[in-house]
Amino acid sequence: MLGRTANGLYWMFRYIERAENSARLIDAGLRMSLTRSEAAEDDWDGVLQSAGVRELYDEVHDKLTSIDAIDFLLRDRANPSSVMSCIEAGRHNARMVRTALTRETWEATNECYLEMKVMLAKKARPADMPEIIDSIKRRAGLIRGAFHGTMLRNEIFNFSRIGTFIERADNTARILDVKYYVLLPAVAAVGSSMDNVQWESILRSVSAHRAYGWVYDAELRPANIADFLISNGRMPRSLAYCYEKIASNLGYLEREYGERHAAHETADRTLASLRSQSIKDIMDQGLHEYLEEFISHNNRLGQEISDGYRFY
Amino acid sequence: MVKNKGTTPLAFDEMINADSSPRQPYSTYHEWYASQDRNRLIAKSKEAENIFRKTGITFAVYGHADSSEKLIPFDLIPRIISGREWRKLAQGIEQRVIALNAFLDDIYHKQEIIRAGRVPRELIEKNVAFLPQMIGFRPPGGVYTHIVGTDIVRTGEDQFYVLEDNARTPSGVSYMLENRETMMQMFPELFHQNRVRPVENYPYLLRQSLASLAPPGCSGKPRVAVLTPGIYNSAFYEHAFLADQMGVELVEGSDLRVIDGKVKMRTTRGYEAIDVLYRRVDDDFLDPLTFRPDSALGIPGIMDVYRAGNITIANAPGTGISDDKAIYSYMPEIVEFYTGRKPLLENVPTWRCSEPQSLKYVLEHLEELVVKEVHGSGGYGMLVGPTATRKERAAFAEKLKSRPTNYIAQPTLSLSTVPILVNKGIAPRHVDLRPYVLVSDKVQIIPGGLTRVALKAGSLVVNSSQGGGTKDTWVLED
Repeated sequence: MLGRTANGLYWMFRYIERAENSARLIDAGLRMSLTRSEAAEDDWDGVLQSAGVRELYDEVHDKLTSIDAIDFLLRDRANPSSVMSCIEAGRHNARMVRTALTRETWEATNECYLEMKVMLAKKARPADMPEIIDSIKRRAGLIRGAFHGTMLRNEIFNFSRIGTFIERADNTARILDVKYYVLLPAVAAVGSSMDNVQWESILRSVSAHRAYGWVYDAELRPANIADFLISNGRMPRSLAYCYEKIASNLGYLEREYGERHAAHETADRTLASLRSQSIKDIMDQGLHEYLEEFISHNNRLGQEISDGYRFY
Repeated sequence: MVKNKGTTPLAFDEMINADSSPRQPYSTYHEWYASQDRNRLIAKSKEAENIFRKTGITFAVYGHADSSEKLIPFDLIPRIISGREWRKLAQGIEQRVIALNAFLDDIYHKQEIIRAGRVPRELIEKNVAFLPQMIGFRPPGGVYTHIVGTDIVRTGEDQFYVLEDNARTPSGVSYMLENRETMMQMFPELFHQNRVRPVENYPYLLRQSLASLAPPGCSGKPRVAVLTPGIYNSAFYEHAFLADQMGVELVEGSDLRVIDGKVKMRTTRGYEAIDVLYRRVDDDFLDPLTFRPDSALGIPGIMDVYRAGNITIANAPGTGISDDKAIYSYMPEIVEFYTGRKPLLENVPTWRCSEPQSLKYVLEHLEELVVKEVHGSGGYGMLVGPTATRKERAAFAEKLKSRPTNYIAQPTLSLSTVPILVNKGIAPRHVDLRPYVLVSDKVQIIPGGLTRVALKAGSLVVNSSQGGGTKDTWVLED
């Protein structure tokens, strides 16, 4: 496969993953502002931070309002992580690599783009938000479904999956990092209803508020939330799960090519530590420091994959 | 009785005779059409548009930033050609393509046609499409034009003309294939009722044809790739489509590098050699070391690899000289010179504005003529005299006088019409035809091609960049 094609696949799936995650963040933000009586601007500050675009927002807007924040996250082309920017970039990459995709996968991606382009042509009214969020999730789901249902399990599949999980790991780590202070034991002891809303919003940002209840008990506890999103190998958005997938897809490439790169070492090492470290160790060591390091290692892994497989 | 709405006086309609009876090749289709519910057809037409949009069969129109991807309108009434008509056309096309290759070989070698005084020397050697780098070099298999798209127009029952030879990188073949696919999906019954010759194996034939012309330096199974200028090119969809259908890589200049005397592509496992490159970039951009130094689309050093016999480039660099519009006017002489026979297909009479007598005639008859740039394509920079305003003609006359060698002129032909579906039924619209020809050790002409249709009543401009549409083209088995 061409290095450029592998690169296109990797980024196509990173962008589609990011589009969905941005939509999830908006969803969690909306939910939070519904359950609160006072002005919700602070909540959007957190959402923008989780999306990693807080500073960019200030470059475009004078003050923080929920309407502007939603628009910025949803459809502003000045924000490369806005839902629309990501869908456009994902589809652009898909067009470039369409010879590597099944017709179903390409069409699902193209239809996602065509529908969202119309839906997001104008500033969204608050009343339309549930429908918009729903469409984005549904469209992303259709792409995923077409991809899983029709693609050959070969190198094309592997590079696509690696893109998905590098992006997802980054997103989950960022969401946790922005909210790490609400999970700190000292603060958590307070256990006010305010904290409950915050904790629930973390789980909603990763579509895990119901699953949490199945795995742990109904009561939200900070250590359990952190454990769920970091170490739980069955939770599809946890760091451990993402790294299981990254490592196994890199493993397929290693066997097929008969070649091992720095990326393999990094992925295996990260996975091993995710498996061995308990959440208590992590909290003791400092959740923020842990996540910061994780995000930087995750970025480095992306670079190592790009180098090893000659993306450029 | 099915009737065309509105008429185009004098034009020959390929489906419906003057007395409203169907022409013979259309008789089965015509009967089917008469039994159809119009609303259903209009709904099908919308469905076709959706299929095209969903599939992403789009092209980019340069200079339209906001509408960077457009659909080419598809009309669902097929253009039907009888087996007898096709055989005649195919013979003429084959003769012409053979002559084109012989001409190219000659002008890059002995130049006998110039010495015989049939084609003026300066027309060749001062032509920008003539590549001195090709002198004395013979491409693998002696083939210059691997893929040709001969543009043909019709003015009457037995009257066909070649409008252009398109020997560089003819585009549009993906539309031929997708149009057929769409028609078969929407109206399978029509393909039971009519015996339509298949076009679907084009990608297979193309790959075979390209692989059969691998360079001497190729050992083993030839590796073919399609070279595209990239995603922003107007025909990117087609490049991707052909690579996909042939099962070969779609590469860009940035993927390729000359290593150890071979052109190699950067893969996830390292660099791998390519033997045959079906390039969809122009000569100028092919090799920045040989041609335009500012080109970022090409591969530095590829011309050296080519001349050393380590890669086949299709079509060969320098073939543009043969489909130049000034050379075109010499095609009857060229065909006769190399095949020893009169051309089977006629040329459109052409005035070369570089000749003072002709220029004078053209300036005096602008309102009857079509004037084209010698190197133009896509319907850009041309004047259609009869439909232009007086002001447009006056402005064009000035351009003509200042650079006469840049133009040729032809009479405005009354192109044949084929009906298209309109809200109130069907209405005649002018069409042309581009059959696709593959050249290897044999000449293969795909039975069908791309029918382009002007969607505006009375318009003679069929180019997609100027609002033209396309039709599925049927050649009947008979």
